[in-house]
Amino acid sequence: MAEPIVEVTRLTKFFKALKAVDDVSFSLEPGEILGLLGPNGAGKTTIIHMLLGLTTPTSGSVKIFGLDLEKHRSEILQQANFSSNYVSMPYSLTVKESLKVFARLYHVRRKEEKIAELLRIFEMEEIKHKEVRHLSSGLLTRLNLVKALINSPKVLFLDEPTASLDPDIADKTRTLLRRIKKEQGISIIYTSHNMKEMEEISDRIIFLDKGRIIASGKPAEVVQSFRRRNLEEVFLQLARGEKA
Amino acid sequence: MSLHRIMALFMRHIYLYRRSLPRLMEIFYWPFLDLLLWGFISLYLVKYRENLPNFVAFLLGALILWDILFRSQQGISVSFLEDIWARNFLNIFASPLKPLEYVVSLMLVSSVKIIIAGTIMSLLAWLLYSFNIFLLGISLLPFILSLVILGWAIGIITTSLILRFGQQAEVLAWGLALLFQPFSAVFYPVSVLPPALQALARFIPASYVFEGMRGIIHTGSFPHHELIQSFGLDGAYIGVAFLFFCLVMKTVKKRGLLAKIGE
Repeated sequence: MAEPIVEVTRLTKFFKALKAVDDVSFSLEPGEILGLLGPNGAGKTTIIHMLLGLTTPTSGSVKIFGLDLEKHRSEILQQANFSSNYVSMPYSLTVKESLKVFARLYHVRRKEEKIAELLRIFEMEEIKHKEVRHLSSGLLTRLNLVKALINSPKVLFLDEPTASLDPDIADKTRTLLRRIKKEQGISIIYTSHNMKEMEEISDRIIFLDKGRIIASGKPAEVVQSFRRRNLEEVFLQLARGEKA
Repeated sequence: MSLHRIMALFMRHIYLYRRSLPRLMEIFYWPFLDLLLWGFISLYLVKYRENLPNFVAFLLGALILWDILFRSQQGISVSFLEDIWARNFLNIFASPLKPLEYVVSLMLVSSVKIIIAGTIMSLLAWLLYSFNIFLLGISLLPFILSLVILGWAIGIITTSLILRFGQQAEVLAWGLALLFQPFSAVFYPVSVLPPALQALARFIPASYVFEGMRGIIHTGSFPHHELIQSFGLDGAYIGVAFLFFCLVMKTVKKRGLLAKIGE
């Protein structure tokens, strides 16, 4: 069996007295999309930030590509990338200029070709000279995803990448992500509040509540184990503390 | 006109000041600095009014050099703020970039800003007031470098404080360098300051630079002693600034503040 891309062991994070992440362990297998679900404050974003080395865990370990994140952060992030709906791109630069900056940050060879290829895939060629500040939220999300793919990453961390998108654009974005995953074999950790989206896109899901894993498995298995019709109902049951 | 609406917005700002120490301090900070600076300039003019040779050269030279220090600091702290305002900060720090690489890139931006601002200021001083700073000679260049290094150190410390305390500390990006101004003897000699402040000035590299500049204008000789002291202190300042930045970075990651400031 191939080595996991991400291996999280007993990860815990305290913010003063608040236990934001509580003894969480999981792994991400090659080519897999793992969905992190849970109500607000469940610890999803904190986990993503710890996987990127933006927040230091109180205890536990994170291994990515078999390397310890704390010791090899720069090396690991060279082959990883991130996109969040809550983070933007330099708004005074044009689309192409912003991408050139990130292509340099990730030491991408043949930058021009890579940028042109991604802009074509995401149908953004016509707006490459437009300033980021003038982009709609849909285009900005796509630009963030282009940025996230600029270094041909082996693993992607996507924090609510389709939040604030209309259903049409969100659907197109998911289709694009599935296509990229299939073509390039990227492993993805994905957070979202949209249960339908999670059911559709994830190979496996982890349900979090108050920092703890309360359920995990394939979406259909989790739905079945809770004797519900879909993830939305499971989510509501867990979030409201109702019994099965 | 609705008094309720006016009061609503008035209260909105008062609430802000009640909770934010940096904003509250700002009310006292600028008048205090202005009073100190202009007070010492006045003392200098009264004390040395009969012996003020090349006063225009002193003043304009000091202004241009001070602006170099100020731009050097701003080149770091305002460029850092640009990434926060653009909500681009997390994208940058989620990349393989190392904290020190980030600081060095800001120092490069700062250098470009200094070259442009310094050239414009020098040209304007020459065109408007027939003051040619380059007549002071090549000997001024090491002093300029010393000011640039001090500006970088203040810029890195400002950046660290904004990282730690968030947007409420943004005002430091414009204000921290000015705190050094009254004690750096920019527009008057160190001897104008009271003895306690003279002792304080000895720990500020800029005071040696401005004393050195006045020495060059006054006697034409190169003040080696001031230059060595200034660079020695610069080394300590930049070292402490780098160390402070690394420590703050560690703390903000531990407290999850890096993510908060970036979103």
